[in-house]
Amino acid sequence: MNARDDDTLTLYDETFGSRFLLGTALYSSPTVMQEAIRASGCEMVTLGLRRQNPASGDGDAFWQILRDSGCRLLPNTAGCRSAREAITLAQMSRELFETPWIKLEVIGDDYNLQPDPFGLLEAARELIDQGFKVLPYCTDDLVLCQRLRDAGCQALMPWGSPIGTGLGLMNRYALQTLRQRLDVPLIIDAGLGAPSQATEAMEMGFDGVLLNTAVAKAHRPVQMAEAFAEAIVAGRKAYRAGLMQQRQTASPSTPTVGQPFWHRAGS
Amino acid sequence: MNQITLHLNDQTTRLYAGTPLAEALQAWHYADRRVAVAVNGEFVPRSAYAERILHDNDRIDIVAPVGGG
Repeated sequence: MNARDDDTLTLYDETFGSRFLLGTALYSSPTVMQEAIRASGCEMVTLGLRRQNPASGDGDAFWQILRDSGCRLLPNTAGCRSAREAITLAQMSRELFETPWIKLEVIGDDYNLQPDPFGLLEAARELIDQGFKVLPYCTDDLVLCQRLRDAGCQALMPWGSPIGTGLGLMNRYALQTLRQRLDVPLIIDAGLGAPSQATEAMEMGFDGVLLNTAVAKAHRPVQMAEAFAEAIVAGRKAYRAGLMQQRQTASPSTPTVGQPFWHRAGS
Repeated sequence: MNQITLHLNDQTTRLYAGTPLAEALQAWHYADRRVAVAVNGEFVPRSAYAERILHDNDRIDIVAPVGGG
């Protein structure tokens, strides 16, 4: 399910009808992954590079499935611990997948897989100089995000919460601040576990959602992919419609004028 | 001819000195695979495989597509 035709997502001058980006890891089978991608309606999928035994040939088969999906590919630099490693892996990805797109990850801590802001910025600057379309996976730190934008990142991907946790939007204040202070597309990447959390992100004005585990590890991944797709569209529509202001006191929605039995309770 | 020690994806292996990367990839059965290569942490583009000569103790990383988030 995609948004209205006139409400597209633009990343680096390319247009997407869907605001849902889906990961391709952790599925129980390639078939389930294929069906989940289809059900999600996504137009861009993430994937990675790893050492592989030449006898397996799994990489070729996997890549063929993704090519057949018609989605644009967003290779990641998952697992890289330094700017140097991430830059090398990005260069390998560009050749192998024939795309300048890169989801840039530089991990700074093994416990929560938190991005290393310093390595991330260093790698982003270098890769943009080399002509990459960098989508950095970053924390919700405002100054880091400003520096990444200033380095030439035309979209940013702040975390909702640590990868694979399903905890949703851990720091609403920081995320709201990012939305208010930055005018580049912002995609919530990582930490979402439920469609309602994706809706929440979209209602806050984020431009898209990237997730993997919440779909791949659902009991029924294909149905969950569809649920997220609908949730993202709902949240986006709500944002564009404009949410009402919250208030502390009750206010009747049904008119009080013309109320029968007015103040005659007990009479 | 002298042999050199190489570290292929962290596994030790040996080839003749002066072997170009292109020949090494054939010997290791990667020639027709969709892979990308780095030597000593530096990306080596496909166009450079033929002239890139491997040296003793080089570390070669060969990667292929996998699922990722």
